[in-house]
Amino acid sequence: MWGLLATVSLIGGIYIGSRGLRDFDPALVSYAGATLFAAFGLAYRFSMWLRRPPTRLYWYRGWQIFTKRGSLGKNLAHLFEIFMSNFIFQRFIERRSHMRWTAHWFLAWGCLLAGAITFPLSFGWIHFETATSSQEIYRAFLFGIPVGQFPVHSVIAELAFNALDIAAMMVLIGVFTALWRRGRDHGAMAVQQFADDLMPLILLFAICVTGLFLTASTHLMHGLHYTFLSQLHAVTVIVTLVYLPFGKFFHIFQRPAQLGVDFYKRAGKEGEQAVCIRCGNEYGSRMQMDDMKRLQAALNIHYQLKDGSHYQDICPKCRRKNLALTQDSMWKTLVEKGEGS
Amino acid sequence: MIKNEFFIDYSRCIGCEACVQACGECDTHRGVSLIHLETIERRDSVQTAPQVCMHCEDPICAQVCPADAIKKTPDGVVQSSLKPRCIGCSNCVVSCPFGVPKYQIDVDQMMKCDMCYDRTSVGKKPMCATVCPSGALTFTTMQDIQRTRQGVPVNEWKFGAEVVHTKVYVMVPPEMTRVDIGLIQIQTTAAALPSDPYDVALMLES
Repeated sequence: MWGLLATVSLIGGIYIGSRGLRDFDPALVSYAGATLFAAFGLAYRFSMWLRRPPTRLYWYRGWQIFTKRGSLGKNLAHLFEIFMSNFIFQRFIERRSHMRWTAHWFLAWGCLLAGAITFPLSFGWIHFETATSSQEIYRAFLFGIPVGQFPVHSVIAELAFNALDIAAMMVLIGVFTALWRRGRDHGAMAVQQFADDLMPLILLFAICVTGLFLTASTHLMHGLHYTFLSQLHAVTVIVTLVYLPFGKFFHIFQRPAQLGVDFYKRAGKEGEQAVCIRCGNEYGSRMQMDDMKRLQAALNIHYQLKDGSHYQDICPKCRRKNLALTQDSMWKTLVEKGEGS
Repeated sequence: MIKNEFFIDYSRCIGCEACVQACGECDTHRGVSLIHLETIERRDSVQTAPQVCMHCEDPICAQVCPADAIKKTPDGVVQSSLKPRCIGCSNCVVSCPFGVPKYQIDVDQMMKCDMCYDRTSVGKKPMCATVCPSGALTFTTMQDIQRTRQGVPVNEWKFGAEVVHTKVYVMVPPEMTRVDIGLIQIQTTAAALPSDPYDVALMLES
């Protein structure tokens, strides 16, 4: 249902945003079609993901804490802070390794820049026209409304016409850095999988290279094989859009949950703390432990112990100690029976 | 091909910390030691216990993960959380019956023992089992362990009403087929002890 809703909403958005398809470029219909499929797949998978009990728990808790009366202003300020740190600068990846961060930052921002240009273009939301008064002036329209104009031989024009090439170069830097790391890091090599880790890089590489071929064909080869190259480029983009909901790229849509968890953890720290029934030390928030008990019940995990206590109320450190003591007591029982030595 | 299995025998641990040092040498989590080594009750006992991931058949850590970030390889090894997916909630940390996952605050990610997958996936021993001098951590064949040890290996655990099967075995007395976990308290606990600022045992415990 959510998949259909997302698809119908996007069709409506395309129809309205392109002023009844007047600004819609038929040459880009294949891109728009693949995007509709991707929207269906993404909404479907996202709704399935949210149906999992632990995901649903954090979804509701995150919004509940974020919109709590009296805290919204403070929460918005914190949201801006973690948005800058986690999304814009991606600091948590930088702390994993500089090379990983370099690869991810260029990949992420190259893809976002390309997406910010191509999606509105293929939906007919933005389009460009030559000014009626002068062939030297280019006008930009957003939803049919003129939003600016620039001379065709200006720096702005060069940036606008080559923005996708710039995005492609950024993505290629990311792809090569990622491949370099994945080809040399023994740890990554041991756990990486072709479908999950290498396929996305190959797809991005294919999009970038075929896209750059179009520029090369236009400027360096007098349009040689342009039609074939444009079709080849379209195929790479469409395959990637179809792959989007099912492969590694889905993490782009999962990742914002990290922001919700940040609010959950902050609220947990400010609230009552859970105390281990074995050692008496605090080991987490009471809210999380209570949520875990509810979650475990929903997942048919039964941690109630024979003495009436709950295993969730024992801290991880004491659980580890308890394992060794249990083994010890098993041998002790044997010795007491006189069967061991 | 002879299949090696992982065996833990807590009672053999001598607390040398070789496993702790070696763990950080593993390529999949270079520089970060993920094995736990517990002192059971430092004031009253010299007993120590190592804890690696037990690699459950149906991992509870993966079940409670909201990001679906914890995956098992076809050969049954439960991996650290997937970096692109893990959102650092710590559900796995507080739900694992063996207390294994570690939340790494600096990288906002859960990491855990992956049985040195870079090594075991190509037939080598995990780092900890390679260096353990007392056989508390052993990576060998079932036949070998049965031939050389007094106890028997089992991989079935019961936590309350929850039965957990693991890839890693623990050595228990003969004829026992399952480890039933109850809350075991020995002597006094840190919280219950009288306050003593010069108690070295307590200082080391914390």
